[in-house]
Amino acid sequence: MLSTVAVAVVLGTVACAPKAPARRAVKDGKTRNPAPDFALKDASGKLVHLSDYKGKVVLLDFWATWCGPCGIEIPWFKEFERKYKDRGFEVVGISMDDDGWKAINPFVSDNKINYRILLGDDKTGDKYGSVEALPTTFIIDQEGRIASVHVGLTSRKDFEDAIQQLLETPPADSVGNGTRRPNES
Amino acid sequence: MGLGAQMSPKLTIAPLPTVKAAKGAAAVVTVKASLPPGYHANSDTPTEKYLVPLSLKWTGGPLQAESVTYPKASSEHYPFQKPGDKPLSVVTGEFSITTKFKVAPDANSGPASETGTLRYQACDNRACYPPKNVPVSVTVSVQ
Repeated sequence: MLSTVAVAVVLGTVACAPKAPARRAVKDGKTRNPAPDFALKDASGKLVHLSDYKGKVVLLDFWATWCGPCGIEIPWFKEFERKYKDRGFEVVGISMDDDGWKAINPFVSDNKINYRILLGDDKTGDKYGSVEALPTTFIIDQEGRIASVHVGLTSRKDFEDAIQQLLETPPADSVGNGTRRPNES
Repeated sequence: MGLGAQMSPKLTIAPLPTVKAAKGAAAVVTVKASLPPGYHANSDTPTEKYLVPLSLKWTGGPLQAESVTYPKASSEHYPFQKPGDKPLSVVTGEFSITTKFKVAPDANSGPASETGTLRYQACDNRACYPPKNVPVSVTVSVQ
C-alpha cells in the first residue's frame, strides 16, 4: 500500500511539474539593438543598404571563401532563402574576402548561391562589433533590430527557429505605431 | 557591441639567431613558429582551392632564396566538416619552415637584414579568422 502511495506521489509530482519553457531563439523585442546600417556594393556594383530591407527578416552572414565552417552553413542559407523568401525573409551575405569579387564570383558560381552577396569592409565589420571570427551571423527583425547573433558554426535548427519565430511573431511595437499600410485609408 | 573572445589567434615566431653567410656559399634559415592550442592553419598545400596556404616569402636583403621547405602537414577532419569531406591539410602547435639561401659572390661584407613575410590563415573547431601577414627578419653577417 505504502509503495502504491509513493508511486502515486511520484507520478503526481512528475505530472504537476511545470513544463520547461521552450528556449527562445531570439532576444525579447525590448532588448534588441538597432542593426547598424551600411552601404556596400553587390556583384553588379549596386549600392545596397541594410535599411533597404526594412520590413523583412534578414539573415546577415559575415563569411569568406576561405572559411570552412561558412561553407557548411551556406547550403542551409540557400534553402532558407528558397523556403521563406515569399514570407518576407532574405539572406544577405557579406564577404570579407580581401581579394574581392575575383575570389567571390567563382565561389558564388561553384556553390550556386541564390541570395545577395555584398563585398564587406573593415568599417562594416567594426560597426557589427569587430567581426573577426567567421562565420558570424546576425538575424535582424522586421524593424531592423538584431534579434540574435551567432558567432562561429551554429546549428541549422538555431537559425531556422529564429527565422520562424520572427516571421510568425512580428514585433509587438510594430502594431498600432501609427504606420499605415498602403491600402489603409 | 563587441563579440567577445572570438579573436584571431596570434602566431608567434621565435627570435632568429644571426646567420653567418659566406660569399658564394649557401646559408640556411629556420623560422620556428607556433600557434596557440586549439587552432590550426592551412599547410602550404591546402586540399581545397579556396583555402589560403601557409607561405613564407623573402622580400628584401642581401641573400637570394633558393628553396623553402614547409613543415610536414597533418591530415585532419574537423567538426565543421561534413562526414564525407576530404580531411584538411594543416599545421598545428610548433612548426618550422626552412629556407635555403644563396649568397652572391659579390655580396657586400658585414651585417644586413633579410626580411620577409609569413602568411597564414587559422581556424578553430567552429570558426575561421582572416589571413594574417607576420613580418620575419633575420640578421645576416656576410663574410
